[in-house]
Amino acid sequence: MSSVSNPPSIVRRTPRWLPLLGRSANPGDAVFRSVSRLFALLILVLVLAMAAQMAFAAEESFKEFGWGFITSQKWDPVGQRYGALPFIFGTVVSSLLALLLAVPVALGIAIYLSELAPLWLRKPIGFLVELLAAVPSVVYGLWGVFVLAPLMATTVEPALRSTLGFLPLFSGPNQGFGMLSGGVILAIMILPTISSVSREVLQAVPANLREGAIALGATRWEVVRVGVLPYARPGLVGAVILGLGRALGETMAITMLIGNRPEISASLFAPSYTMASVLANEFAEASQDLHLAALAEISLLLFAVTLLLNIVARLLVWQVSRGEAKGAR
Amino acid sequence: MCARALFWIAALVVSLVGCRGVDPDGSVGGVVNLNGAGATFPFPLYSKWTFEYYRQHPTVKINYQSIGSGGGIRQLLAETVDFGATDAPMTADERRKAPRTIHHIPATLGAVAVAYNLPSVPTLRLSSETLSAIYLGEITSWNDPRIAEVNPGIALPEQGITVVYRSDGSGTTAVFSDYLAKVSPRWKEQVGAGKSLRWPKGLGAKGNEGVSGQVKTTAGAIGYLELAYVHTAKLQVVALKNRSGEFITPSVKAVTAAASGVKLPESLTTSITDSASPGAYPIASYSYLLVYEDHPKSAKAAALASFLLWSLRDGQRFAEKLHYAPLPEEVVTQVEARVKQLTTGGKPALP
Repeated sequence: MSSVSNPPSIVRRTPRWLPLLGRSANPGDAVFRSVSRLFALLILVLVLAMAAQMAFAAEESFKEFGWGFITSQKWDPVGQRYGALPFIFGTVVSSLLALLLAVPVALGIAIYLSELAPLWLRKPIGFLVELLAAVPSVVYGLWGVFVLAPLMATTVEPALRSTLGFLPLFSGPNQGFGMLSGGVILAIMILPTISSVSREVLQAVPANLREGAIALGATRWEVVRVGVLPYARPGLVGAVILGLGRALGETMAITMLIGNRPEISASLFAPSYTMASVLANEFAEASQDLHLAALAEISLLLFAVTLLLNIVARLLVWQVSRGEAKGAR
Repeated sequence: MCARALFWIAALVVSLVGCRGVDPDGSVGGVVNLNGAGATFPFPLYSKWTFEYYRQHPTVKINYQSIGSGGGIRQLLAETVDFGATDAPMTADERRKAPRTIHHIPATLGAVAVAYNLPSVPTLRLSSETLSAIYLGEITSWNDPRIAEVNPGIALPEQGITVVYRSDGSGTTAVFSDYLAKVSPRWKEQVGAGKSLRWPKGLGAKGNEGVSGQVKTTAGAIGYLELAYVHTAKLQVVALKNRSGEFITPSVKAVTAAASGVKLPESLTTSITDSASPGAYPIASYSYLLVYEDHPKSAKAAALASFLLWSLRDGQRFAEKLHYAPLPEEVVTQVEARVKQLTTGGKPALP
């Protein structure tokens, strides 16, 4: 502070370019600001550089296939014809299937932990849920191969066929490896993400909303339905989209269970293939230029989808944390 | 102040460079580091080799990364490694990208075993026709008369066949599809041969461990994997009919037999699937190390050539225990002659 009272010396020592960095007279502040701004911009540069690099690597594939890359179903590394539609289909359907299975359970866990569970139980269960998120992907995959897939083939799939077999969704041979098993393993993996974020969101709901509902004579269920959920909805949607983001990018476990077949089938028992899986499977051994370019274009597609979803999730989470109470309507 | 900072930076740079002082011949303080990258299939053998070689020759450190044949070839072409390794020979396209001549050095032999899961059938025989028909999706049940024909006296169950293939690009798939393309014109026309394929039928599993897992947990499954894996996973193995009409289960001896009947051409690369030699197992292949004919660094060139000579003689002893087949004698002699022709800056690499 004493240096502020002695401005002439500072002015003399301040290099002429410093004012360009900011309005502050203190050179330390200006340097700090510009350095941290540089770090922040670095992230932006990194993302753009990655996208540019992938687009650059995919150039040959753009030229060869154009938009046909996204609409073609044929993936033939020997014949050098590449189409990404089965992978896009597999990624989107397996992720949506995972959401369908995981969201009700995850929201149930979150509501129980934040609204209903006795206090002594909240910590240990919350901890266990978060522990699930720390299990490595390959462990889920191995468990899937040796436990889940045989269980699906011998118990779950025959049961589904005998009850709902009239639907094309549940037809075809039950092999245990396919879209359904892939969706189930993804659901298990995104469950902790969705439930722990949802729990945070529910805990951020102001207590006076609950108290107000209770004062009006609401039951526990009504407090949650009328008081808590409408307020938390954007945040919960954000949690679900974060889970979806994880499902879209998941590679190892789903590769081990989905059957890795680039085909579009109406049956959930049939094998499928995801964008992340084909990258993990084929990149290391690909040596033809066009094959590498096609894989680069797939990674670009995956990158775009994931980025888009994360942006949407961010916007939704911001909306709830800004605290505009939607109120109970 | 600025000048002083510059001085310290300069001193730091000089000391860092000084420590790592790389001689122009490629050695560092008398120790030669050789870097290689490539195929995963021979990795257990190569890591044994580099370990043993370093024990016997402490001035040569060899670092091999099993990043896949494709990656190994890319790194060799970019000259970021001293040698590469691949199961399938480089394609004409890849050779064209090479800045200088690259030689294939046969290093070992491997086999692809066909495993199945039928607890009631302890031994199963298949011919090339039945195997290709199963993978083409033409035979879909184990009690198909075409399978029964080659398995006289064996009760085959009425069970659907689950076909399992490797989903990740691999030399194993390249060898297996090379065999199918040789024995079945329809396979050649509809599918072809390569590290990644458009499979007509089946489920894709990642890696040898993935295939062995799927075959093990799925009744009625059939899959192909490296020979070493069927031993560790204790899977049932198919006896395949070879060109001489014998049914052969894969073994180290049957693989060497497959190679010994096939003469190596000038390129030192050849396919030994569907070998006509007696006692040969039909799905076998060489695995190659890749080196530039001329390595610009003299110390590295000499160390690499000496290591290659060692691997051809002493190194072969380690193969069998790890389920790789030793190279036949006549192949060793032929490859040795090629290694001795390697150069550095136009002069012979070996003293």
